[in-house]
Parts: sequence; C-alpha cells; structure tokens
Amino acid sequence: MTMARATTSRRSFLGHSYSLVGVVAALVILAWTLVAILAPYVIPHSIGDIVDDDYFGPMRQGLWLGSDYLGRDMLSRVLMGARYTVGISLAAVSIACFSGVVLGMIAAVTGGWLDTCLSRFLDAMNSIPSKLFGLVVVAAVGSSIPVLILTLAVIYTPGAYRFARALAVNINTMDFITVARVRGESTAYLIGSEILPNIIRPVLADFGLRFVFIVLLLSGLSFLGLGLQPPLADWGALVRENIGGLPFAAPAVIVPSLAIASLTISVNLLIDNLPQKIRDRDA
Amino acid sequence: MSNLVEVRNLRIEAKTDAGRLVEIIKGVSLDIADGEIVALIGESGSGKTTVALSLMGYARPGCRITGGEINVSGRNMAALSEKERARLRGTDIAYVPQSAAASFNPSSTIMEQVIEVTRIHRLMPAERARQRAVELFRALSLPDPEGIGARYPHQVSGGQLQRLSAAMALISDPKLVIFDEPTTALDVTTQIDVLKAFKSVMRAGGVAGVYVSHDLAVVAQIADRIVVLKGGEVQETGTTAAILSAAQHPYTRELLAAFEPKPRQAHADADAGTKQLLRIDNVTAGYGAVRADGLPLIRAVDSVSLVVEKGRNLGVIGESGCGKSTLARVIAGIHPAAAGDIVFDGKELQRAARKRSQEQLREMQIVFQYADTALNPAKPVEDIISRPLAFYHRLDRQARSKRVDELLDMVRLPRTLRYRHPSELSGGQKQRVNFARALAANPKLIICDEITSALDTVVASAVIELLKELQRELGLSYIFISHDLSVVEAICDEIMVMYNGERVEQITPDKLKAPTHPYSKLLFSSVPKLDPTWLDGLVRDPELVSQYGHR
Amino acid sequence: MKSGVLNLVLKRLGIAAVTLLIVMFAVFFATSMLPGDTASILLGQAATPEAVAGLREAMHLNDPAILRFLRWLLGLLHGDLGTSYANEMPVATLIGGRLLNTMKLAGITTLLSVPLALTLGITAAMLRGSVYDRTVTVLSIGVISVPEFMVATLAVLLFAVYLKWLPALSSVNEAHSLTDLVRIYAMPVITLTFVISAQMIRMTRAAVIETLSTPYVEMALLKGASRSRMVLRHALPNALGPIVNAVALSLSYLVGGVIIVETIFNYPGIAKLMVDAVATRDLPLIQSCAMIFCLGYLFLITAADIVAIMSNPRLR
Repeated sequence: MTMARATTSRRSFLGHSYSLVGVVAALVILAWTLVAILAPYVIPHSIGDIVDDDYFGPMRQGLWLGSDYLGRDMLSRVLMGARYTVGISLAAVSIACFSGVVLGMIAAVTGGWLDTCLSRFLDAMNSIPSKLFGLVVVAAVGSSIPVLILTLAVIYTPGAYRFARALAVNINTMDFITVARVRGESTAYLIGSEILPNIIRPVLADFGLRFVFIVLLLSGLSFLGLGLQPPLADWGALVRENIGGLPFAAPAVIVPSLAIASLTISVNLLIDNLPQKIRDRDA
Repeated sequence: MSNLVEVRNLRIEAKTDAGRLVEIIKGVSLDIADGEIVALIGESGSGKTTVALSLMGYARPGCRITGGEINVSGRNMAALSEKERARLRGTDIAYVPQSAAASFNPSSTIMEQVIEVTRIHRLMPAERARQRAVELFRALSLPDPEGIGARYPHQVSGGQLQRLSAAMALISDPKLVIFDEPTTALDVTTQIDVLKAFKSVMRAGGVAGVYVSHDLAVVAQIADRIVVLKGGEVQETGTTAAILSAAQHPYTRELLAAFEPKPRQAHADADAGTKQLLRIDNVTAGYGAVRADGLPLIRAVDSVSLVVEKGRNLGVIGESGCGKSTLARVIAGIHPAAAGDIVFDGKELQRAARKRSQEQLREMQIVFQYADTALNPAKPVEDIISRPLAFYHRLDRQARSKRVDELLDMVRLPRTLRYRHPSELSGGQKQRVNFARALAANPKLIICDEITSALDTVVASAVIELLKELQRELGLSYIFISHDLSVVEAICDEIMVMYNGERVEQITPDKLKAPTHPYSKLLFSSVPKLDPTWLDGLVRDPELVSQYGHR
Repeated sequence: MKSGVLNLVLKRLGIAAVTLLIVMFAVFFATSMLPGDTASILLGQAATPEAVAGLREAMHLNDPAILRFLRWLLGLLHGDLGTSYANEMPVATLIGGRLLNTMKLAGITTLLSVPLALTLGITAAMLRGSVYDRTVTVLSIGVISVPEFMVATLAVLLFAVYLKWLPALSSVNEAHSLTDLVRIYAMPVITLTFVISAQMIRMTRAAVIETLSTPYVEMALLKGASRSRMVLRHALPNALGPIVNAVALSLSYLVGGVIIVETIFNYPGIAKLMVDAVATRDLPLIQSCAMIFCLGYLFLITAADIVAIMSNPRLR
C-alpha cells in the first residue's frame, strides 16, 4: 500500500496528510448523510403520489430523475431511500460494533473460560452465512424497521467481536498492560484507558467496512422483497420495484443502483485513504 | 584500481512518513583491500547497515542511492542496471544477515537454500554444490555436517543458523562478504564459536569482508581496520590497534569509555545492607500442565533462593532461557510461583500480584526491557507518569503536574518532553520515562529486567550511571537482571549466576575473576575483551563447552 | 512432528462438530419463530378449529421445542428431512435435483474463478505499484462495493439487452446442445465469478505482499534471485496458508451470491427453492435448505484451516 500512497497526491494540514481521493470520498459520504437527515423537508413530492401519466418516465424538468413503475417521482423516492438505507445501516452497524468491540476487549483481557465460551459461540454464529440468516429471521419475524436493524446488528456482531478481540489480544501481550496489571488496575481501566485508545483506528476502519457490508446486505434483502415493505422503500427496494425498466435503461432502476455504489465505494475509498498523522514533525 | 572496494562520496536518501526526503548517508568514502576485513561500527541509526548493503547496490524500500560511486572490483554498483547487479549479488558479493532465523525461508530445507546461489547463477552442478556445502559445514564446525542440510530452519539452533548463513554466503567463493551484526542476537558462549568459525574460514579463503557491528570488543577480534560511523558520516578510520589505543575522535573515545569498567565503590554507609528487604526461598515456577505434586511440567525456575538487602543491589545473570526473566516475573507476581515463599519487607507476600495489597504492589515496581512495548503509545509522557501518582497517592491534578516535573528532572529529561508521545522519543529517553513511572510509585525495590539491552552502549552506560545516582539519593534497592556481565558488574553488590532454571553460584563483583562453578567460569571467560588477541589466545575447556555450551 | 499435525487436525474437526451443533440449534429455533400457526396456514381460512387442532396433534406442533428439535435431529441422521408443508412431498425429493443444479453452478464458478483470481492476485502483488496493479485493485474494490444484484443486472443489461448474446433467464431443462448449455450457464456464472473473484484477488494480493516484505525474501534478492523466483520460490509457499483461507472465505460468498443470482436468473437451484419456501413459510424445507448451506460453508472453512495446518512447515 505504501507505494500506491506515495504516488497519489497528498496534502498536509494540521499535522495530518490527506489524499485527494479520501477528501472526495468523505464529501460524498457527508452529502448522503445530509440528504438522509434533511430528506423529508426537501422532497418535491410525497413518495406515494403518482405525478406522471407515464411509467418509467425519462428525466425532464420537474421530474429530475424521471418517474417509477407507477409514475411516482423518482427524485423524492431516492432522497427518502437514502434516509432508510443510511439510517438503518448506521443504527445496525453502531449496535454491532459497540457490542462486538466491548465483548471482544472483555474477552481478551479476562481470558479463561469466558473468552473460550464467548469465542466459540460467536464463531458458530459467524458460520451461518449472513444472507441466509437475514432471509430466515426476517421471513420469520416479519420485516419492520426495528427487526431489520436488530437482525443486521446480530449478523455482524460476531465479526466485529472477532476483529476487536484479535487486536485487543495483541495489545494485551504488551508490557504496558502487564505494568498496569501489577499496579493493581481494574478490568474497566485496562479496557477503557489502556487498550481502547490503541485499537480505535483499526476499529473505526472496521466500522466503515461493516457499514458497507450492512448496506449491501440490506439492499440485497430488499431486492429479494424481504427488506423494507411498500410503500416505504430503501435503495435496494427501489431497484427491485423498477427492475422492469431495465430493458429501457430507465433512470428509475439506474439511479438507485448508482446511489448504492456511490455510498459504498466512497466508504471503501475513505478507509483506504484515511488522513495519516505526520510522525516526523520535529525531525 | 588497487583496492577491491572503493566507495567515494556515497549519498543515500530516505523518505519519511510525510513524504519528505532526508539524507541518511552524507558523503561516505571508504576502501577495502583484497582479503582485508573492515568493520563498520556505530550506534543504531548511524547508517552502518545502509552503507554495507549499498555495496551490493541495494537500498532498502523507501531508500535511494542518490550520489557517489560504489566501486566493487572495478564496477560501479550505483550505476549498474538491476539485472547486472543481480548477476554480482551472491557471486562476487555475499551477505550474512543479522537474524539468520528470520532470513531462512521456513518452508524449504537448509541445503536447498545454501546451494540456491549456485542454482540462480548456474555456477556448478547441484551435486558438486552439495559436496561443497558439506565441506563448508565442516569448516564452520557445524555438528552432523552430512545431515544438517536436510533439516528445516526451525529444527536448528540460532548459533548454527548463523554459521549456516555464512556457508550460504561462501559457497560461491565471493570476493567480498558482508556480515550484518551476525552475532548480536546470540548468547556470549555461542558467539565465541561463531566468531571463531567466521575468522578461520575468512582467513583460509583470503576473502575480504565488511563486518557491521555496534560491539567494539567483537570487532576487535576479527577486523583489520575499523570505520566509525555516526549520523551517516565517517567519524574516524584506522587500523584496529590504532583505534583501540589512540582514538582521535570524541565519539570513538566515548565508545571506548563505555567499555571501561567502572567498579562500584563499596558502600560507605554502615546501616545499608543490615536489613533484609526481600527473601525468596526455594521458589519454583514454570509452564505447562501441572503434575501430581503441584509443580509444572516445564520448570523455568527451579527451587531458587535469594536475598536482597535494603539499599543494596542484586544482579541476576545468565544466558537466554536460563529462567532469569521468569524469576523477575515470579517475584513481581505476574507469573505466580508454583512453590516456595516470598518475604518482602518482613511480610509474607501472596504469590499472585492480584492477591497482594495495593501498598505491597506500590513498594515493588518492575521495569521491562523494551520501552517500546512498556509505554502505552497512545498516551503522552505526562499521562504515563502521572497514573501511578493518581492511583497510589491520590494526588490532585496540580500536585500530579508538579510531581511529574520533579520526576522528569530526576531522570534527567527536559520538562517539555511531558507533552510528547512515546513514538516521538529516542530509545534512551523512552527507557528513562519507563523508569520515571516506576519511581512515581515511591517504591522500595525496583526489578530491572534487561533494561539496557535494547540500548546503544553509550546510552546504556548513561542510564546505568543515572540508576546509581538515584539509588544514592532515594535509598532504593534494585534487582538487576541481564545477560551482560559488564552492566551487572557496574551496579550490583552481589551477582547470582543462573543456568537452566537453577541458581549456580552467587559471588561479589570483586571475585569475578575467580568464579568457582564451572559454568560461571565458562560464562565469564566468554565475554569478549577489547584486546585484539583475546579470541586467538582463548583456550576453553572442551568438556565445559560441550556440557554447558548451547550446542 | 506428525502427531502434532494429527492432533491439530482432530482438534479442528472437533471444533467444526461443536459449531455444527450450535448452528443446527440456531437454525431450528430461528425457523420455529415463524409467525402464524402452521396448521391453520396449511388448512386455509375455511378450516374448522377441530381440524386445525387435529393437524397440530398429528404434526407434533404441541410438543415442547426441545423435543421437536431432537426429533428433527434424529430424522436428519436417518436421512429423513421431513415432509414439505406446502405440497406434502418429502423434502429430500424436492431438494435432490435442485441441489445438483446448485452444485453444478457453484462447481463451474469455482473452476473458473479460483485460477483467475489467484493469477490476478499474485501478478498484481508481483507488479505492485504498477498501472496493472492499480487497475486490478480499483476494479476489485469496485466489485466488492456493489451489491450482487447490481453486478447481475449490469450483466443482463450488457449481454442480454444490449448485445443480445445471452438469454436473461436460465432454464436447465431446455438445454439440448453444448451451446445451449453455455448460453444458460454463462450469465449466472459470470456474475458469481465477478462477485467471488474480487474478494479473492484482494486477499491473495495482500498475503503475497506481506510475505514479500520478510527478511528471507530480501535475502533471496541479495543472492541475486530474479523477481519471479522471489515470488514463486520464496513468497508463495509461505503465503499458502493465508491464500487457502482467502479462497475458502471467498467461496463461502457463493452462498450469498447464489441466493441472489438464482433468484434473478430464475435458475432452478436450491437457493431459489429456499426463497420460495420462505414465501410459503414451508418450515421443514427452510430448515433443510438452511442446514445444507451452513454445512457447505462450514465444510469450506474447516477444509481451509486443515490445509493451512498441513502447509505449515513448522509442523511437518
């Protein structure tokens, strides 16, 4: 990676160096986040209103992104879709990473039977393919927004746990942890003050990756008709609804696809191009 | 061209994290005649390995040769194409790495790797190459020369791998061999064998060599001439005898001075040493399954007893794997003992640190070898030192800040360093912070586990001086664990020799010349002296070596 | 040293067995949570309460969950997967042919994607920093970042709609000649290969680059070895463990990919069967399909771990 990094253009600011790709990716993510927050106030039409006589209408004035298979305004539906896709994924990834990281650090520091049981159980959970798990649970309990969030969180907790535990186990072997232990420090102090600051960067990168996985899985489930139920629609559901427009290359099917891709690719690029702290500042 | 190697005004640049270019070799020139062995000596970061590698036309990733000439047998390595350089590597110029253990491919046999050079350059048929390898194994006095080639690297000891990598370098009859700190990772008793083997094959073949090292005494045994490097520049060049007897440059003198034994003055104060601070009786500890008698399967420490008196220091010395570090961890309660008693300041201590009282934990501090892993990289120096102040002494923010200043003064660090993170400190500074944290607890006993081993000679002797001073001021006691006799000698009142988990002998520094136990004799006689004739004149009892030497 | 390997392998198999048990438990209970009363669903809205009660009794739906789990487990051991609620056919019969179809799809994809991905990953690592390497890296990030259905729809758009080379739907029964067969499998296989290869390329590249920075590869360089010798002789044998893991992990993405791909292309495989079963809440069918997928997944990661253990020279 260092070679690729050295050749992409980087600028420094406030003791960090930034790459252009990373900045652009961050701006795209920021834009979608703003859309997710502000969507209800800016959409030109209600998402249920049929505003076009034609279905799969082309892009034109007033209907900037054309219309969908029922003649509804695509712009409104895509903007509101961002709210569901980003919101549900963010909630799920937050729950998954928080519980995974806390459990992982506790397991690493405590060790012994707690670590063994927790690891064995979560590893077993991990060997249920994610899409299958989603399929079964969502079909079983129905698919309201809270159920979706919880299911996605449960699916991705074992991965977050495994990742954080591996990092924490490495830190745990360091002498400064031993020093803190023989000082008589509590487990809470070890986790919060000695381990967490040392794993926070990779954990945040993992948070981003997991967010991408969740967006993809949510879109996949919605595409199968097992995600959000009509009339609500996230981006995956928008693609499913309008798949009939594929032969005419209708914007109704292309735009939500592009929306998903722009978000996930941006997150991936941002992770690969995070600002780097300049370490040799006084050299 | 009269010399085999003529380096003129060599310049090498390295790229930093921020993408800035820094010149790390600033115009180095040196010559090596045919059959001559030249030592490159200097502290870490002096550029000695970088210069040595440049003789093969190679700069590590991130570095670039930017100027000068590197003439090796008439060809300028700096100007050749990568393909032409590859043709000379392994044939004309060969390399013996610092860590042979890491430099052997773990998934291929030793013989395959030793003769690989002859395959790459099509020098001789494989059968002939194998015979030649076995001859070299024999010349390097490796055990089982016929069979050792069939083994995998992990099945062979470190000292043997180091000699095998010399065989790997010599198989193509090179004109020049580069030795990159080849004995640094070895124990002293093993180092002797490896040095002797290197010296005899180099002499026999009349091969020229570059010997990179930080250890003047080792270099004195093998080099004809010494080049002293610091900060990417040559400080001084001269014959070995001249450098040792009449060094001109201040840095060289500093290096030499660090070697001079600074015997510890006997304690003037009469009250010191009258009271026992720590006593351990028949302590046993180890790893693996617990047997029926409650003792572990593998015993790293085997019924060891020792006494540390108030205000005095105990040195524990031994080679890697002798159990000295485990002993430190047992005393500190990190690795609870399986049997035996620990009495500290008149009170029986629990074996596990977890069960000791906060006061007991405070009074006994441990300082580790690698300051890199002993300091939390995510915290500034200030936070690292003030945590024990808050934890043990419950000082408020203001009192803590004042005390941090005092502690930084004590370990001779500038106060402004408190805002820095460990990664922004040098090795010696880190070790001082590490020590300041232990002092912050106001302990009675500090266990020092190899705290100078990762430091350069000059820096290490400064740290030792600091420790002595602090002891005088604060009336501390140290348990000083080390593999380096000169370090222990400089600071300890008593020295305990360990071998194979057992206490072999305990003596005082003034009796070092006359140890009674055979292992102590072997160990003490293996420490290299600055005298260039020391290795050739060294006579060792072969029976002793076979009994205690590391194969 | 042989016994060390054997012990490790046995231990790994033991872990796999424990995992399987936990997974079976999880699958059984997840499916037991299906809402609605199965008996009333089966009998339809016109059913009398007596009929529903009778059916519940006959299907053991009133027994405690643990008893039903054990009965189901016992059935599995005898090869009895139960009877489909939806059309009263034995689940084994329903699954049989479908499983074969899915295996064919997965098999062809594996044969295609593994050599492709390994070649791309290893060559990208060898030519690290080159235009080729960066192109491969960017493309694989791109493919990883988009959902499988997008890769599939793009493939349809390109090959079926725009170029009109291939049919948009796959129906195995219409295959009469080799060209027919190719035309049927092409689309699902292309989509799956894309999805799986991207991950494999990235992980293989990372594993090789990691070993390329070890001291023994530098040593090979200083012996005068060529770039290809350094990679093939020194880096690759030691990167084998991580690479095998990458392959297994990526192949397990087949499970997820197959669910989407079979649905989109209407391919008569087991994943399509399962998606349909979810729609009709056909409990025994869902359970069996889920178990087959988990079993396949578990088999792959266990096999990879065992190969990694065997390829470790320190244990030989």
